[in-house]
Amino acid sequence: MTAENDKVAERVARQATQHAPKPASSHEAATAKAAKPHHVAGKQHPIGMYLKVWGYLFVLSAMSYLVDYFHVEGALRWVLIITFMLLKAGLIVSIFMHMAWERLSLMYAILVPPLFLGTLVLFMAIESNYTFWTRIIFFGKGP
Amino acid sequence: MTSTILTETESNAPAARGLRSLAADWSSDQEVFKQVHWGKAMMWIFLVSDTFVFSCFLISYMTVRASTTAPWPNPSEVFALTIGGRSIPLILIAIMTFILISSSGTMAMAVNFAYRRDRLKTTLLMLATAAFGATFVSMQAFEWTKLIVEEGVRPWGNPMGAAQFGSSFFMITGFHGLHVSAGVIYLLVIASKVARGHYERSGNYEVVEIAGLYWHFVDLVWVFIFALFYLW
Repeated sequence: MTAENDKVAERVARQATQHAPKPASSHEAATAKAAKPHHVAGKQHPIGMYLKVWGYLFVLSAMSYLVDYFHVEGALRWVLIITFMLLKAGLIVSIFMHMAWERLSLMYAILVPPLFLGTLVLFMAIESNYTFWTRIIFFGKGP
Repeated sequence: MTSTILTETESNAPAARGLRSLAADWSSDQEVFKQVHWGKAMMWIFLVSDTFVFSCFLISYMTVRASTTAPWPNPSEVFALTIGGRSIPLILIAIMTFILISSSGTMAMAVNFAYRRDRLKTTLLMLATAAFGATFVSMQAFEWTKLIVEEGVRPWGNPMGAAQFGSSFFMITGFHGLHVSAGVIYLLVIASKVARGHYERSGNYEVVEIAGLYWHFVDLVWVFIFALFYLW
């Protein structure tokens, strides 16, 4: 703590000795202001990165389409579909939506709440199972 | 001189990393979204709420599909298209998926060029994104027409099996289609503002990224609909 305070004090002292910046003209002030606040590190990615992610998304979509085309059935089908879905979602959120370069607090604020949907999925799975068997027992096999 | 001041303010950011930075941000009231444009934080919060709306639709679809005793129509056959005398399963949906992914790609590049303040490329890429989106919506209109007129699918029943198929389909894809349509209008508005140099004065092109967030979200929702409704 004291080390940190010392650092702050040192910086304040250093700033006090410097002159306030004086723009040469109002035009220069405007450009300096414009260039300042919105350039956060991690925004100037090469275009190639987006093309690569685009390619990955294409391949993943094609693969999930092929799962259906070749009539992959059973557990393997569900596993493949869910895997490709989650990989695509991860690529879109982290790279295209720049989540990978956000502050940790924003990531948690956005990504944790949807996890609670798992509870709803569980409840509704139990509920639909109950409804299904009630229908089978009281109405017999469907129409 | 200006640059030294700038580095000073930037070094003011808390040195904490990892989970400690999380605790530091959340414990300093109103500072959770610091260093994030307010519009971006608001868009993210809107997208979280929209996530819950779409999740409610998809989970109710899961519930009705799992609880019905009638056989569920096979989407692979329902959405097949006959091309050149040969029936190709799900081909229209696959093309729609590729179109939406491409629109996401062009949007991501538009955001990148916006931060480089390349107005022409940003505008063109945003217009391309909007064009992809409009193509997607028109293909969806074609799909709906085919399903309603030729296959006789209604929200309350269909000739192929479980009645819940129609209601789930129209609700989920309809709501998604509305999002895409709204997104196309949103993109066109922002693109025309970029083209007219509206953001040159402030030099703040964050608006393009915020529009991009919305558009990528629409693509993200389609990823889930494609996997859970069409492929399942």
